[in-house]
Amino acid sequence: MISPARPPARRIAALLTGTIVLALAATGCGGRTGAGSATGKVASITALDYYTDEPEHTQWGEMLTACGKTAGVKVEQTSVPGASLTPKVLQQASSRTLPDLLMLDNPDLQQIAQTGALTPLDEYGIDSSGYAEGILSAGTYKGELYGLAPNVSTIALFYNKDMLARAGVAVPRTWDELKAAAAELTRPGRYGIAVDANATFEGTWQFLPFLWSNGGDEKQLDTPQAAQALQLWVDLVKSGSMSKSVLNWTQADVHDQFVAGRTAMMINGPWRIPALNQDRNLHWGVAPIPVPRSGQTPVTPLGGEVWTVPQSPSKARQEKAAQVLTCLNDSSNMLTLAKQHFTVPSRTATAGRYAEQVPSMTAFAKSVEGARARTSELGAEWPKAATGIYTAIQSALTGEQTPEEALRHAQQIATSS
Amino acid sequence: MRSRSRPVADLSPILPRGTGQDDSAVAAGGRAAPRARLGERSAQWMFIVPAAAYLLLFFGYPIVKNVVMSFQQYTATTFYTGAAPFVGLQNYSDILSSDLFPKTLLTTVLFTAGSITGQFVLGLAFALFFRRRFPLGGVLRSLLLLPWLLPLVVSGTTWKWMLDPDTGVVNAALRSLHLSSSGIPWLTGTSQALLSVILINIWVGIPFNTAILYGGLQNIPPHVYEAAKLDGAGPLASFRHVTWPLLRPTVSVVLVLGVVYTVKVLDIILVVTGGGPADATETIATQSYELSFQQFDFGRGAAMSNVLIVISLAFAIVYLRADRRARTV
Repeated sequence: MISPARPPARRIAALLTGTIVLALAATGCGGRTGAGSATGKVASITALDYYTDEPEHTQWGEMLTACGKTAGVKVEQTSVPGASLTPKVLQQASSRTLPDLLMLDNPDLQQIAQTGALTPLDEYGIDSSGYAEGILSAGTYKGELYGLAPNVSTIALFYNKDMLARAGVAVPRTWDELKAAAAELTRPGRYGIAVDANATFEGTWQFLPFLWSNGGDEKQLDTPQAAQALQLWVDLVKSGSMSKSVLNWTQADVHDQFVAGRTAMMINGPWRIPALNQDRNLHWGVAPIPVPRSGQTPVTPLGGEVWTVPQSPSKARQEKAAQVLTCLNDSSNMLTLAKQHFTVPSRTATAGRYAEQVPSMTAFAKSVEGARARTSELGAEWPKAATGIYTAIQSALTGEQTPEEALRHAQQIATSS
Repeated sequence: MRSRSRPVADLSPILPRGTGQDDSAVAAGGRAAPRARLGERSAQWMFIVPAAAYLLLFFGYPIVKNVVMSFQQYTATTFYTGAAPFVGLQNYSDILSSDLFPKTLLTTVLFTAGSITGQFVLGLAFALFFRRRFPLGGVLRSLLLLPWLLPLVVSGTTWKWMLDPDTGVVNAALRSLHLSSSGIPWLTGTSQALLSVILINIWVGIPFNTAILYGGLQNIPPHVYEAAKLDGAGPLASFRHVTWPLLRPTVSVVLVLGVVYTVKVLDIILVVTGGGPADATETIATQSYELSFQQFDFGRGAAMSNVLIVISLAFAIVYLRADRRARTV
């Protein structure tokens, strides 16, 4: 029988130290793999995006490959789901394994640029003239341009033409018309309108056109303008024109409700168009989001993904990545991508040509021009305001708080350190 | 937990004795003996090292790192620059003084207490039921394990559909039975949403409770029941005086493990309500997740999860003390 002897304390200490060193080595900075040499010829670069869905993934893959060819490199594309992109980027930033070309959702750019992980695009002589102001401000952090989006999008009002015709309702242009139309269109088993009011940034994004068009501002949320916008949503739910389930719906759920005929109108983005077109019996139209008073122009939030060139020890690779980025933002490629994904080219002139070629996108092409980037005012502080806004939406729609109370609380969240 | 605590308790009396032998052997001054003991010793270490390394690497390091992080201003920027300024107790005072914290804590308590009560009562009822022998009993008992086998995201999504206030099957059933005209706002009412996630979590937890309690019941020797029967005990009396006292050790294991599992429940809540509506189903676990992985404020997220660890630890200690008391009696 082995007698369990007590080893000297020193040995325990040595063992512990050894294990901790091992643990640190295992979790800490790993070696940079696949970076290639700094001097040799670059044969391939890596790209990271969140285009995991088909046909998007393949279409972007083809575009990247084509652009890689013009730059003389092979582009290795990796796609991760949208929700895990930022965590993945942070992880790669800490292990210094960032891709050569990185796609980011535009409201995330400033936060990532703040970390210092990205490089300014003017280092590579990239031309940013002719772009709509909104998208440039989304790609800019502290006066430097870090990202460019080949195409952008925003949200608008989709409506079921048959349902509106049968109810004899015109497409609503103002808030009052929206309330009346939604009430008119509501039937047993069907609501007038659906939005995404869930407790995520998506809910905030859908509320912004109402907030901004009424003169509300994310810098000061406890204003009458913001309260009126929130009151509109509360009224729609209270009158039964909008399901209370909007509290849990994602934009995809809103789309499903619309396709299933359970709602006559919805707020959604043009990326839904391919799916809407699949249903031959669904006759849908799209219009700008209703504004408080007639004659006003809606101010919508700018959507879209910007491409960036992260820090890297290899200048040669960065140069190649910048070339591919320039190619993606080439006018003709912009048009191709916009047509594939029903988005809008981000160069104003190209967008104009696009609207002529694809008339169904005119509503979007128009609103994108004046669209506002979510981070244009608050920069890296935007997530806090966004959290405040969706919290307020939830509190008001559940009836826990009045819109005024909810927005006062939102302002506290937005300005807390 | 129980099996882990046992060897430690049993080992302690051996250790000093072993050392004692060791000392006397050294005093005897044999020459070959120390070398043999050295071999023995290294053999012992070879058994311990893999487990110790594993524990340190995968439990020790993350916990230490988490504690350190909670004292730092650890944000997205930290990942690139590595700079995480030490802020002392700032993160803790921030989260504990936020006006959401008392509500979150209360929700966590209600969620845990509700889930545990429901899971335990129903689990025990099922365990007692399946102890009787009847045709297809074994099949049914294994079917009962199904909720346990399904990925939580799948069952969460399915429940979300079923509980949808407008189109869900639950409200459709209530309406057709004329129990409710407008339906119950399962996921959209602030108080109903908490009830819904508790009910779903009870459904998820029943198999675990049933399986462990059933095992505990199997360990009670049948002759005790026979003796009780001879003494004229009815079903109630035999439960009260035989089953319950003999099942007590298993019950405490189930309850403590249940609490530890339940306070940290994240996936079900995230899938079904996302913490909403209006933060009604926000628990400490979901808060910690949101702070870290949505707002990328890892310092506060770590502080929040440490609060959770302390709560779990408190229960573990209560359990260990209760266990020791039960042993010494």
